[in-house]
Amino acid sequence: MPDSAEPRAVQAATAMKASVNDFVVKFANVNGSGSASANGLFARSVMRMGVPVAARNIFPSNIQGLPTWYEVRITEAGYLGRRGGVDLMVAMNPQTWDRDLAEIESGGFLVYDSTKPLGHSRDDITAIGVPLTAMCNEAYELPRERQLFKNTIYVGALAALLGIELAVIDALLADDFKGRDRLIKANVEALRMGHAYVLKHLGPLPLQVRRADAVGDRIYVEGNQAAALGAVYGGATVCAWYPITPSTSLVEAFTAYCQDLRLEPETGKARYAIIQAEDEIASIGIVVGAGWNGCRAFTATSGPGVSLMTEFIGLSYFAEIPAVIFDVQRGGPSTGMPTRTQQADILACAYAGHGDTKHPLLLPADPGECFEMGAQAFDLADRLQTTVFVMLDLDIGMNEWLTKPFVWDDARRLDRGKVLTHDDLEAGREFGRYLEVDGDGIPYRTYPGVHPTKGGYFTRGTSRNPYARYSEEGAVYVDNMERLLRKFDTARALVPAPVARPARRRTRDGVIYFGSTTPAMHEALEMLEAQGRHLDALRIRGFPFADAVYDFIAQHDRVYVIEQNRDAQLRTLIMTEGGVDASKLVAVLHYDGTPITARFIAGEIAQRLALGQPSTGQSEAAE
Amino acid sequence: MTYILKPQLHHPKLPTNSLGFTRRDYEGSVSTLCAGCGHDSISAAIIQACFELELPPHRVAKLSGIGCSSKTPDYFLGNSHGFNTVHGRMPSVLTGANLANRDLIYLGVSGDGDSASIGLGQFAHAIRRGVNMLYIVENNGVYGLTKGQFSATSDRGSKSKKGVINHDTGIDMVGLALQMGATFVARSFSGDKDQLVPLIKAGLAHKGAAFIDCISPCVQFNNHNGSTKSFDYVREHNEAVNRLDVIMPRDPIQVDYKSGESIRVQQHDGSILSLHKIAELYNPNNRAQALGYLQARQARGQIVTGLLFVDPSAGDLHDAVGTVDAPLNALNEAELVPGAAALDRINASLR
Ligand SMILES: Cc1ncc(C[n+]2csc(CCOP(=O)(O)OP(=O)(O)O)c2C)c(N)n1
Ligand code: SF4
Ligand SMILES: [Mg+2]
Repeated sequence: MPDSAEPRAVQAATAMKASVNDFVVKFANVNGSGSASANGLFARSVMRMGVPVAARNIFPSNIQGLPTWYEVRITEAGYLGRRGGVDLMVAMNPQTWDRDLAEIESGGFLVYDSTKPLGHSRDDITAIGVPLTAMCNEAYELPRERQLFKNTIYVGALAALLGIELAVIDALLADDFKGRDRLIKANVEALRMGHAYVLKHLGPLPLQVRRADAVGDRIYVEGNQAAALGAVYGGATVCAWYPITPSTSLVEAFTAYCQDLRLEPETGKARYAIIQAEDEIASIGIVVGAGWNGCRAFTATSGPGVSLMTEFIGLSYFAEIPAVIFDVQRGGPSTGMPTRTQQADILACAYAGHGDTKHPLLLPADPGECFEMGAQAFDLADRLQTTVFVMLDLDIGMNEWLTKPFVWDDARRLDRGKVLTHDDLEAGREFGRYLEVDGDGIPYRTYPGVHPTKGGYFTRGTSRNPYARYSEEGAVYVDNMERLLRKFDTARALVPAPVARPARRRTRDGVIYFGSTTPAMHEALEMLEAQGRHLDALRIRGFPFADAVYDFIAQHDRVYVIEQNRDAQLRTLIMTEGGVDASKLVAVLHYDGTPITARFIAGEIAQRLALGQPSTGQSEAAE
Repeated sequence: MTYILKPQLHHPKLPTNSLGFTRRDYEGSVSTLCAGCGHDSISAAIIQACFELELPPHRVAKLSGIGCSSKTPDYFLGNSHGFNTVHGRMPSVLTGANLANRDLIYLGVSGDGDSASIGLGQFAHAIRRGVNMLYIVENNGVYGLTKGQFSATSDRGSKSKKGVINHDTGIDMVGLALQMGATFVARSFSGDKDQLVPLIKAGLAHKGAAFIDCISPCVQFNNHNGSTKSFDYVREHNEAVNRLDVIMPRDPIQVDYKSGESIRVQQHDGSILSLHKIAELYNPNNRAQALGYLQARQARGQIVTGLLFVDPSAGDLHDAVGTVDAPLNALNEAELVPGAAALDRINASLR
């Protein structure tokens, strides 16, 4: 690196990490400082260079003032999970300075605002000071400008340090601020300010982004947005909701897509209705009412909302009313970790209700599947006449992921399930609302108002016979409950099937995983393979579990079940529903609220394999 | 409990309405409520009103919560779809149903516990949203089905059958509905069919959130001396502000009222409310005055009945949300699914 006459801008360590297109950059910011868009710009510029990124927000539950982080994994090899560890820290928050520094791996780099000297005691990292505040104070008058452009300046500095082409960032800025030429110009200038400073005083780092062709036709999108689009394609017309992080952006995206795609051309009127209800009980009540009356309806919520909805979910099970719930999972109760990710609502959703109830769950692993399952959920809810959950989590829901492009087959038809029409009734089709007809446990239904004298019925939870007439007979109740079990069994073949990923060598060890764990799991499997440890893997995508899940367990001596919750909820569900011996399923659990990492999974499994015996599994204390 | 369905024999001489239906066609299963329960009289009034309005029975969707009152939709309009939902949450279910198909007529039936206690929030919010419905609270000032506990409309200082004194202020559902923006607000009494039937007809014909608080004595738990929801109390303290006739558009306009004592209000569907004022000059188009009047009478221990407020040109939730004219549940694939070409454009915007 070039020397300079300035006060020491670079404190170089003896050993420096070197890498092309494979390293982790983390930004430490203060919430509300405008850093989010600058950090996003950085991530997208890497992608526009043809190098995949996996970017994750780690943000507080407030609007302004608390620390917030953004982690960008630059990965030409396409590992989209979290690796663990940080190679370059952009430390913009004095509050978290010490812990941010501690996170940098040995040989890594620190970029900081060197306007005021900030001390640190690590001689195994290379610190790069850029006097951001001083540069801003000199260039800008208004405090707001000084704050905002500081972010753009550090993006420019990073571009110079890491070799990102300025023209790529310019093009992104032109897209983002289309029609606002003054803003484009101001940002382009700020970008160059940071870039020029680095070129003059510092020079490039051994961490480099180099043009590649590894992104392909993939798209970059949040799971919530993808799920919302799935709901549009799934034909949803009624949405009722109550704001809760991390699900709110799903409804916001649904609203935006509907305004774009669902207005009647002649009149501009809405082919949808979105109601912000007074709470989650009303949200699901509206969904149930609309489902009863023949609409495809959904709500989006998180754990606390599911708790409030439980009574209605139970009613939907017994009264057999279609409903779709997108549960974007987060950590714990309302005063828990609302902005952290977990997979901790599995049991609560699988068995939500009172009396004997269970519900289909769909478990998407990326935004592409959020779209597919988001649409499919409505077919399943109509077909099965019950509540169907789509289980996202904050990691998938609120982070942009690189994912395969959405596809839709125009020949595909919405499956409205078993509905008797006016003509069916007129032709004399027998109608018993809760009557088993086809042997699959699914009865026929009618929409209100269908026929003057036939097809009407009185909907209640239980206490009724197959013709929906009042009955408190025990035998009638039991018959109905048995039919509901047959219906649940029918669901087994309809929910998305598990996906197997066999090891390269024959092995008696297996691993089961699902949802947002997927990319980290795949990377962990490669790490383990490199150590000579081979495991067959099975990704679960739906509940009730397919027979293939139990076959897989039977074929292995030991199966690790990887989850992001404390109580091994999926493992419990597998055991409860399939009578599996507890000692066979080894829980590997990560639940500190940050997304699980490849290193964590590989480490936990390697340790247990080395010991040759299972342990209960513990989350790491901190990373 | 099981019960026998009523034989559906048509008496040849039963009068039919213009749709060819007899009053019988608007009936439902046999009631399982206590003999003399006010709720049964309200069911009879609903049957009468629907018959007289000549509604096709199956075009009415009837929804309720949980309680003795909420069981009653089984006892009228047997050919209609009904939904006995969960306790206190009928308003949200009705809202969703209404969003799905704006072409049906929605009748919500609830109790005072269902709507003023557990369901106060949902009641208020459904009214606020202007859901097009007639919402009837069968108000007995007590939980009937769970055997006599106080509800939120129980009078302060009243004594339960078990001798417990109620210390909480009773909620006046009419006052609340007025404040929440209901566009048709009335009170009546289960024992006053002459007043109740026209009110139900007008409420069903009204576009927007129509509410009737119908006092309905519970003969088991709240028909004793001193209860303001007992038969005797209501008969003695009923301050009726008006008598109402609903005149359907095709009927000749009635002429048998004295000038200065009646006003006529045209509703959105063309029906005309003819108000015969028997108490004093009362103007049902003024929300603020309605509230003042209600409270002044209440202070004198009087229960005001009749049509207290109506906005004949009210809109509803569909107007607010801007939905298409067709029922949402009748939209087809082409109208709902944007297709592959649109998706390709979306993909391109996400790269
Ligand atoms: C969530 C829930 N809590 C409690 C009950 C028990 N419960 C059934 S009816 C009722 C009160 C009904 O009172 P009201 O609405 O006034 O009806 P009434 O029987 O007086 O007509 C209660 C508390 C229930 N069904 N559900
Ligand atoms: S308990 Fe009261 S409200 Fe219930 S049916 Fe009997 S009289 Fe009617
Ligand atoms: Mg009551």
